[in-house]
Amino acid sequence: MATEQWVIVLATAVASATPLVFAVLGETLSERAGVINLSAEGTIMFCAMAGFAAALATNSVLVGFGAAAVIGALIALIVAFSAITLKQSQTAVGFVLALLFSDLSSFLGAPLVRIPGPTVPAFAIPVLSEIPILGRLFFSSDPLVYLSYVAIAVTWVFFYRTRAGLMLRAIGEQPNAAFVRGADVVRLRYLYTLLGGALMGIAGAAFSLNFKAGWTFRHTGGYGWIALAIVIFGGWNPLRAALGAYLFGILQSLASVAQDQFQGVPTQVLNVAPFVLMIVLLVVTSSGWLERLLAGAPAPVRRRVLQALHAAPPAALGKPFRQD
Amino acid sequence: MNVELSHIHKWFGSVHANDDVSLTVRAGTIHGLLGENGAGKSTLVKILSGYITHDAGTIRLDGKPVTIRTPTDALRWGVGMLHQDPMDFPPLSVLENFMARLDGGFWLNRRAAARELQTLAARFGFSLNPEAHVSELTVGERQQLEMLRLLSMGAQVLILDEPTTGISATQKAQLFAALRQLADQGKAVIFVSHKLEDIEALCDEVTVLRRGRVVGHVALPCPPEKLVEMMFGKVLSAPIKPHTVRDQVALELKDAVIRTDRFDLHLEHLTVCSGEVIGLAGLEGSGQQAFLATCAGVQRLARGKLWLAGQEMTHKPHRAFLDRGVCYVPADRLSEGLIAGLTIHEHVALRSPNGFFINRAHVQRLAERAIQTYSIRGAPGTLVERLSGGNQQRTQLALLPDPLSVILMEHPTRGLDIESTLWVWQQLIARCQQGTAILFASSDLDEIISYSDRVLVFSGGRVSKPLEARTLTADQLGYMIGGKF
Repeated sequence: MATEQWVIVLATAVASATPLVFAVLGETLSERAGVINLSAEGTIMFCAMAGFAAALATNSVLVGFGAAAVIGALIALIVAFSAITLKQSQTAVGFVLALLFSDLSSFLGAPLVRIPGPTVPAFAIPVLSEIPILGRLFFSSDPLVYLSYVAIAVTWVFFYRTRAGLMLRAIGEQPNAAFVRGADVVRLRYLYTLLGGALMGIAGAAFSLNFKAGWTFRHTGGYGWIALAIVIFGGWNPLRAALGAYLFGILQSLASVAQDQFQGVPTQVLNVAPFVLMIVLLVVTSSGWLERLLAGAPAPVRRRVLQALHAAPPAALGKPFRQD
Repeated sequence: MNVELSHIHKWFGSVHANDDVSLTVRAGTIHGLLGENGAGKSTLVKILSGYITHDAGTIRLDGKPVTIRTPTDALRWGVGMLHQDPMDFPPLSVLENFMARLDGGFWLNRRAAARELQTLAARFGFSLNPEAHVSELTVGERQQLEMLRLLSMGAQVLILDEPTTGISATQKAQLFAALRQLADQGKAVIFVSHKLEDIEALCDEVTVLRRGRVVGHVALPCPPEKLVEMMFGKVLSAPIKPHTVRDQVALELKDAVIRTDRFDLHLEHLTVCSGEVIGLAGLEGSGQQAFLATCAGVQRLARGKLWLAGQEMTHKPHRAFLDRGVCYVPADRLSEGLIAGLTIHEHVALRSPNGFFINRAHVQRLAERAIQTYSIRGAPGTLVERLSGGNQQRTQLALLPDPLSVILMEHPTRGLDIESTLWVWQQLIARCQQGTAILFASSDLDEIISYSDRVLVFSGGRVSKPLEARTLTADQLGYMIGGKF
């Protein structure tokens, strides 16, 4: 392929990864606080439909995103209430919500199928978009994509450079110890679960109002699940999770190129391929393979790389906080 | 700061954990809070530190009544507590643990925090690497870190709940020196412990709790018998291990090689006789556990041979060892010895696997009898994890089959109060007199010397020849554990 084609493939990858970036940031936020929001698939799909409907009714993309964020937070509120207040199984509740809201989106969204609606307008950032190659890759799309860059940076800085971020990591790790230090564990867990839900809602609207504009049945099928997987393999680190989302974007973009090249292959195979490849890639990077691959590298480099890739879930993930 | 607790009450369901407890701690003193497990010491200090709320009573600081409902309240009034299980974040770094608190600005200032940590640490002679992860630290170092954090937050009253469990002798000396220094600066230190010798070594005054009530308050020094009597409401005497006649061999090892994850232990020849007690001394992880597991048939001998009462058992499965009356009691009561989530009744039922169905009435009778004979504070329907440490150990002993030829135990009395400790040894000595050989590992040198006939010292990947315990002192033993034999 020529450079030109590569630029197109990668630019598409960035665009197609954007909704996923919001989703993985939201899930990372919620899981770091100790709450697994397993409803991601349902939340994203339902918010894609609802955001589209809101934007269509008001002819305002902003209202669409706002509605999606609010609904995402409301679904997260169900998860939070049952997990934090009722201390029920987060897996069971989240899973049921995932199924419920994806079906509900088909039911309530039936009148919206294949109707043209508003989309996020394109906007190239003046100076930056002039940079050769990089400008076209990162700075010639639309405000939503730029916002996702900001979201990644803000989340990372919040996690590792602020006191509140340190407390967020603390409540997901040892809620009792955080409580002893004065943190209001219950309130903070509610806050971050809701915030995470809102980000997932925005991810849904990012599909229907931008990347895959419009609405069809099961419009965002599979993205919620892949987001959950990326968060795990991303080691609950916002930066690594975002990189995982971009990797998935590249795989998807390559699959669509392959669709033109290999006409004989059924489209279903190529549609599913990124999901399968992504899981394989994630398994490889987090297994002992990499260690063996790095065996030849000098010790400091090896240690650095392995340390960066080392990931353990927050110790209190999925466990209700009980003050004894 | 003077602390005054008056008429504190706390109920957990129907249990009256603190019953009209009053306590006064003067600034500039170290005040001991002594009592056996479950006496209500921890409950009282958790109330003072805001971790749990009291049902009745008042707290006064420097004569002023204060409301403490949460840890934040307590910290605001200058009350800080070191919990028994370290309340920290193992995957985070030392510095991050130090910074994980609500005071201070929005942004984390790593450099300033590191400087503060180093300055404070230097004052007490602690050495903590700010970049190390807390998961790599020893219990003692985690304690030091917590203490420095509380002090940097301005704690005027420092509470320590059983701080000497699981820390080394050096760390203990450092801790005691630091606490003395803090008291001299005018801080009030509350030192909670069930260990008489620690209270005697450190405290100026002591308040004794028993079953949720204050039973005494004395200035130290004071005769230890008086304190023991207050703790238990009666005079306790240690069981004496009678001399053992060595005539029948219960267990024999020859040219044995025992593999651990770090080294191979070589044991030329060892015979253990019926009724004999062998103590295994050494730092934790020096191979004692592998040795006991090998004698129980849980771990296979890498080389060499093993006999039980004259019959060769090398490479036989654990089941065969059980059939010959060998029983292994691991250190971790809840994860290896007992099954968390099951009741005492169910444990008894598991032990008597006669037939397909469980005869509930029969098992109930057995469980009730075991509870009575072994004075376990619990009911047949009590979940084992709800029992206190002492009662879990009593349950483990109650479940041991009778008769046994060999009992292999790790830390038989770790974490138990004096009464339970003496009780456990009474039971074990009674077993010896019936002809059971006992091999036990312990980090308490006095325990090893008082109850063993012979001692094996594990050190630096080696194991000593059996030594007669009568001729040993704790100092000699400590020296040998350091590798000099």
